[in-house]
Amino acid sequence: MGDMKPAQFDYVAPGSVPEAVAVLAGRGPESRVLAGGQSLLIELRYRTARPALVVDVNGIPGLAEIAVEDGSVHVGALVRHAQLERARFDDPLAGLFREVAPYVGHPPIRARGTFAGSLAWAHPASEWCALAMAMGAGIELEGPAGRRTVPADSWFRGRFATACLPEELVTGVRLPRPPAGAVPAFAELRRTHGSFALAAALVVLRLVDGRVDWVRVGLANAADVPLRAVEAERLMVGEPPEPELLAEAAARAAAEANPPDEPHAPAAYRRHALATLVRRCLTRAVRARHEHPGAA
Amino acid sequence: MNVTIELTVNGRAHRLDVEPRTSLADALREQLGLVGTTLGCEHGVCGSCTVLVDGTAVRSCLALAVQARDADIRTVEGLADGDRPHPLQEAFAAEHALQCGFCTPGFLMLLAGALADDPELDRDERRLEEVLASNLCRCTGYAGIRRAAVRAAARMRGEGERDSAGHAG
Ligand SMILES: Cc1cc2nc3c(=O)[nH]c(=O)nc-3n(C[C@H](O)[C@H](O)[C@H](O)COP(=O)(O)OP(=O)(O)OC[C@H]3O[C@@H](n4cnc5c(N)ncnc54)[C@H](O)[C@@H]3O)c2cc1C
Ligand code: FES
Ligand code: FES
Repeated sequence: MGDMKPAQFDYVAPGSVPEAVAVLAGRGPESRVLAGGQSLLIELRYRTARPALVVDVNGIPGLAEIAVEDGSVHVGALVRHAQLERARFDDPLAGLFREVAPYVGHPPIRARGTFAGSLAWAHPASEWCALAMAMGAGIELEGPAGRRTVPADSWFRGRFATACLPEELVTGVRLPRPPAGAVPAFAELRRTHGSFALAAALVVLRLVDGRVDWVRVGLANAADVPLRAVEAERLMVGEPPEPELLAEAAARAAAEANPPDEPHAPAAYRRHALATLVRRCLTRAVRARHEHPGAA
Repeated sequence: MNVTIELTVNGRAHRLDVEPRTSLADALREQLGLVGTTLGCEHGVCGSCTVLVDGTAVRSCLALAVQARDADIRTVEGLADGDRPHPLQEAFAAEHALQCGFCTPGFLMLLAGALADDPELDRDERRLEEVLASNLCRCTGYAGIRRAAVRAAARMRGEGERDSAGHAG
């Protein structure tokens, strides 16, 4: 189990993004950025992270805002899980945030942990990572070479591995807005209330004239990286959402998964669970849409 | 390299010299002697270390002491009003919401934060459950803790003051 106290490190709390980038430009490889600390402090204790310098970005102004813009929603790097749990803006994304947030840890964890920190940590079971993947998020970075945006599908490189360079800071995440009237649904299997997901599924779906017009399917803990089940989506677009089709799409999504064998979840079990979770989400999203025909 | 921070704990100003690696929990316990805040797991799971930072309940094992610079911290030692126990403390005693008591400071501060945020939390059973599920208790089975939360919430709203049988609401 190892030490339960972190090794020594230096601490700096830059007051602006350029200041933070300047620090990281010099000492990036031996540094770790500290956002909510709800994962980093654990890593420091287990000494799976042993930085010489911790760069606390919590004092940087302007990073804690959710900005709803024309085609997209921008989530600043210091937006906490709890802010997304309370999201009230007029867009299907707000409903999606509210639906998913309660599955991320507990209220005290959600008070500090950040959305961007989850993407930077890249736990394969992270709900936010699956959401970012399914919704085609862009992760915005600032580093010594300037700014760049990395699309989610090239951000996740493996378990706890991302495209972020040690000299770079995630400044925010941009999420394209789904079409108006799209309905979110989320379902998760976990052993206890406090556990990470054994498997989770996320669906955002829109029906027009009784046919699936737009749909996204995201999977958490279905592989080393979060997945978007593109083939399952393709199967549904243009079709009426009959139960058989939804079951087939769910099975297809599970087939797109590549879950590793784990003691409590052999791959076959996880695939089976994923199919069930996806089907539940699809059914719920379809039904919600039918019950509120005026939602669009 | 040590860092000097100023912070307020239970209404009193303190100046502390801390190593950056020191958690807020360890600074409270070892440097300020406030050992009411207990450490169970030290990785965010049990919640026994819960304190209020600027009014919000958080895990003090998952914050660095240096991050508490200029913050207003409340621990279980700051809950009572002199000799008068806080309504939560009275309710925990009345409802047998503790046995060994190790988890109790964490639950008290968790609920103090949640009830300050929403004084009617107890009226939404699912939300109350969700808040209570933040922390672990190995002894009580949670039923007493839930009853204590409901009782204290009513008391704090000024309801059922003299109802010692706890039948209010
Ligand atoms: C009891 C418990 C239960 C939990 N349950 C869940 C759960 O069910 N689902 C889930 O997804 N998560 C869960 N978490 C983790 C939690 O959601 C974390 O908040 C999240 O994983 C990381 O966010 P953070 O802001 O706390 O990041 P930190 O802990 O501060 O950082 C995590 C990592 O990301 C890097 N990083 C953070 N921000 C940036 C940035 N802006 N730029 C560059 N790098 C950055 C850090 O350097 C570090 O390597 C749980 C945590 C606990 C303690
Ligand atoms: S000691 Fe902090 S959560 Fe267990
Ligand atoms: S009273 Fe013993 S752990 Fe809760």
